[in-house]
Amino acid sequence: MIIAERKPIDELKGFIAEAKKVLVVGCRGCVTVCNAGGTKEVGLLASLLRLDCEKEGRQVQVDEHTLERQCDPEYIDELLELVEKKYDAILSMACSVGPQFIAARYPDQNVFPSLNTLFIGGALKHGAWAERCQGCGNCVIHRFGGLCPIARCAKSLQNGPCGGSAGGICEISKDVECVWHLITTKMMETGRAETDFVPVQPMKDWSSSRDGGPRTIIREDLVK
Amino acid sequence: MSDFEPRIIAFCCQYCAYSAADMAGSMRLQYPPNVEVVLIPCTGRFDMLFALKAFEGGADGVYVAGCLEGTCHFLDGNFRAKQRVNYLRKELATLGVEEDRLRMYNLSASQGPRFVEFANEFTDLIREMGPSPFKVKSQAA
Repeated sequence: MIIAERKPIDELKGFIAEAKKVLVVGCRGCVTVCNAGGTKEVGLLASLLRLDCEKEGRQVQVDEHTLERQCDPEYIDELLELVEKKYDAILSMACSVGPQFIAARYPDQNVFPSLNTLFIGGALKHGAWAERCQGCGNCVIHRFGGLCPIARCAKSLQNGPCGGSAGGICEISKDVECVWHLITTKMMETGRAETDFVPVQPMKDWSSSRDGGPRTIIREDLVK
Repeated sequence: MSDFEPRIIAFCCQYCAYSAADMAGSMRLQYPPNVEVVLIPCTGRFDMLFALKAFEGGADGVYVAGCLEGTCHFLDGNFRAKQRVNYLRKELATLGVEEDRLRMYNLSASQGPRFVEFANEFTDLIREMGPSPFKVKSQAA
């Protein structure tokens, strides 16, 4: 899923500094699962903003609404009734796709991103998430024992490890495991180092990644 | 400001803090009427929104009272509550509000006098701090 976290409250306060009516919009997709922008987080942010405005002596109405998803136009349409109430600011608590879709659908609205979208990843445990994919567009993890060197190596090395790997730890931080240490260890432990492990990986074609520009998929069996 | 009487909401777990409050009553111990006790089944049920809604509703201080650490009836409810209280205390600080307006206390069901101590301590603390900044200006306006 897409992992995101809420922006610092000071930055959000800046977004609504001049506003009298604010709408906080959540998303029941990825950001609900990673506890960043679901119904609960919408409630917390709206409450914090209401309290802060009261503290500043400002009369500001902060409303809350959560959509099924903010990355689908059919759900963005649901906001029409609310948008007609003329909000001075709409704070989207989705990944950055959400505020873009809302801004595109309602061009006269002031839409602000309330989250910082961080990465594609998964939960290590409750409350902890880690990056596992960079969306390179051509998955090759089967070559590396199910571990992704593109997402998990600081240099995205296809042929590692580099000289910055020491004791299984990456030189960038003592908290970051060297994925190439994990890959080689796993390959040796499972007896696949000699048979399945291609010693030198061919050059990767990055045109399927961001290097090829913004990507679009059109499914002919689905598109109308 | 000297006649300021704070409004305090105390979220008390059924198994320890609330029972301790009961015990205080049975022992005829007095505690400040400023404290309004809200029964929750376990402090693990404490939601950060509870505290924020209490502040929105005019509370000057909020505390969560649960079992002693390691003795939660549901094993780790009080640790979960502690994490949430600490998280929200940081949020209050970022809004420029005294984080001690929200606290967590731990006590056992047999500690009636301790419940009174906490109620007195927190009420005195909030009385000293003055009214919640979340309502001062809007009331004056």
